[in-house]
Amino acid sequence: MSVETLLEGMADGDRLRLAGNGAWTAGNARRLEGEINGAMRRYAAVKHVSIDMGGVERLDTFGAWLLERLVRAFSGRGCDTQVTGLKEDYRHLVDEVHTVKLEQGPVRRPNQILAALAAVGHNVAGVGHSLAAFVNMMGALAVALLRVVANPRRLRLTALVHQLDNVAWRGVPIILLITFLVGCIIAQQGIFHFRKFGADIYVVDMVGILVLRELGVLIVCIMVAGRSGSAYTAELGSMKMREEIDALRTMGFDPIEVLILPRVLALVIGVPILAFLGSMAALYGGGLVAWLYGGIDPDIFLSRLREAISLDTFKVGMIKAPFMALVIGVVASIEGMAVKGSAESLGLQTTASVVESIFLVIVLDGFFAIFFASIGM
Amino acid sequence: MARGNGKEVVIEVRDVVVGFGDHIVLNRVDLDVYRGEILGFVGGSGAGKSVLMRTIIGLLPKRAGTIKVFGNDMSAASDRVRNSVERRWGVLFQQGALFSSLTVRENLQFSVREYLDLSPRLLDELAVAKLEMVGLDGSALEKYPSELSGGMTKRVALARALALDPEIVFLDEPTSGLDPIGAGDFDSLIATLQRTLGLTVFMVTHDLDSLHTVCDRIAVLADGKVIAAGTMATMLASPHPWLHAYFHGKRSRVGQAAEAGAPALSPD
Ligand SMILES: Nc1ncnc2c1ncn2[C@@H]1O[C@H](COP(=O)(O)OP(=O)(O)O)[C@@H](O)[C@H]1O
Ligand SMILES: [Mg+2]
Repeated sequence: MSVETLLEGMADGDRLRLAGNGAWTAGNARRLEGEINGAMRRYAAVKHVSIDMGGVERLDTFGAWLLERLVRAFSGRGCDTQVTGLKEDYRHLVDEVHTVKLEQGPVRRPNQILAALAAVGHNVAGVGHSLAAFVNMMGALAVALLRVVANPRRLRLTALVHQLDNVAWRGVPIILLITFLVGCIIAQQGIFHFRKFGADIYVVDMVGILVLRELGVLIVCIMVAGRSGSAYTAELGSMKMREEIDALRTMGFDPIEVLILPRVLALVIGVPILAFLGSMAALYGGGLVAWLYGGIDPDIFLSRLREAISLDTFKVGMIKAPFMALVIGVVASIEGMAVKGSAESLGLQTTASVVESIFLVIVLDGFFAIFFASIGM
Repeated sequence: MARGNGKEVVIEVRDVVVGFGDHIVLNRVDLDVYRGEILGFVGGSGAGKSVLMRTIIGLLPKRAGTIKVFGNDMSAASDRVRNSVERRWGVLFQQGALFSSLTVRENLQFSVREYLDLSPRLLDELAVAKLEMVGLDGSALEKYPSELSGGMTKRVALARALALDPEIVFLDEPTSGLDPIGAGDFDSLIATLQRTLGLTVFMVTHDLDSLHTVCDRIAVLADGKVIAAGTMATMLASPHPWLHAYFHGKRSRVGQAAEAGAPALSPD
């Protein structure tokens, strides 16, 4: 890049002659802007300006705009400004930028404190909206379900089986692995600490009750929220973005019935199965560690387990599973339908879907704990 | 290609083969694009027009052949050369491809910010200037792409393609999805910009009106090859069955005018 000046000035009384040189193009735009600002400052007192563009070898939109800015600035000060020597090829471009109107839209800088208060207000209102959206979606799902029950041929069986395959069948290996490991870890920790009191054998009680009542279903739900809930939100969200959901509506389909009901049903059917398998894997892991690490024979483990747990323990876990599945499905669908036009909003809603559904699953688990305690299960 | 003689070739495509799996889309394609022309690129749906455009700009790999842009063989070029060539072209994708999480202003300034170190004031002024050049005004600046109509999206995408003042612009069906008046406006806009900025335009299109109003030359893709390239007059005179069906079909006013004996085009 040459270092010659792009704009040279010669002042003569109140007359100024500016001469442009070199390439007035994108690559030189920064330098040129600097020189133009310099000229504006240096020649503050002139009345007549002529700008000779004869020396400019190349001109693009960047250069043309800066020339226009120079002309506007001098004219704005009341100078009489002329541009001479412009090559014919560039005439169009200069005329084009000459018509540009810079309407400075009012830039509103909101008051910081007001903005913070407004954010709090929006958040509070947001909680209300989420609650309304939840109830709304439950209602819509119930209506869709009733329609399907009244006319079972409306059930999208293919979609349901496809979703079950995604949610349950394909999730089995990872769920088994994780619950197995969790079972191992609880058993190991239990043995390690209980041994100090000579109470090794109670590890079986702990593993059995903990896994069947709480951990089996909770871990499965957290995994499902991360695996399938996020996928639902992303799928529905990108369909929303590309107007596929609007297209369905215009063809007379109810998106809730076509898209959401099969997904939620798949979760409600799939999660209890996964919770059952997960609990078994955790018990298996616990038993294995108790045998290898704690020296508790499998026979002893099993007979102790039979005493420690009752059918109720198992029922408590399994009853919770479909409700938690419903929460995950509903939250994922609400967040999916809330996606707006941009890729960023898709990401935000997917995150929100996972965080919210895990949170709600744990809250729900708390309510169930109170409920089962009060009915003595 | 009589008109091409003596003109500088900016894009040279030779023997290019592109396929997906065992489906060969382009089979030994040859094409020249000359500096300062508007080339209309036509062919049936699924003929591979977008594929050739994407291959030229390096988004799809080719199996054989060479592509030279400004004389640089793109597959042999170093990263630095590739990068400098990429700065000299702008692309308008078929769906606009505006960044959905950025406003119109940010979309227009995206590449300028990356490549040029300009003051914020100049960046903003140029965004307005570009927007006005494509026939919009500053009020669209703070909108997000999802808030734009189809025609506005195309215009903003064109403004973004022009952000760095490229020498070549690739337009993939710029007027598809616009109403005929909008399409006509867009055509004259492209012609005006081409004249003002001295652009070379590679325009994939189905629009017979744009072909005869703005294109200097037409290239036709069929059966994986460029079967003809030349002016509208050459196309109309060609006996090739596909060309005949395309340019003399029911939809072609030009063809019908020619058939009726009226001068369809002023000979350039
Ligand atoms: N990414 C891809 N994978 C597989 N096939 C493709 C891909 N892109 C395009 N094709 C195929 O290449 C052919 C040409 O497509 P395209 O260039 O988009 O057509 P058009 O000429 O209408 O722009 C079509 O048959 C299309 O199915
Ligand atoms: Mg295409």
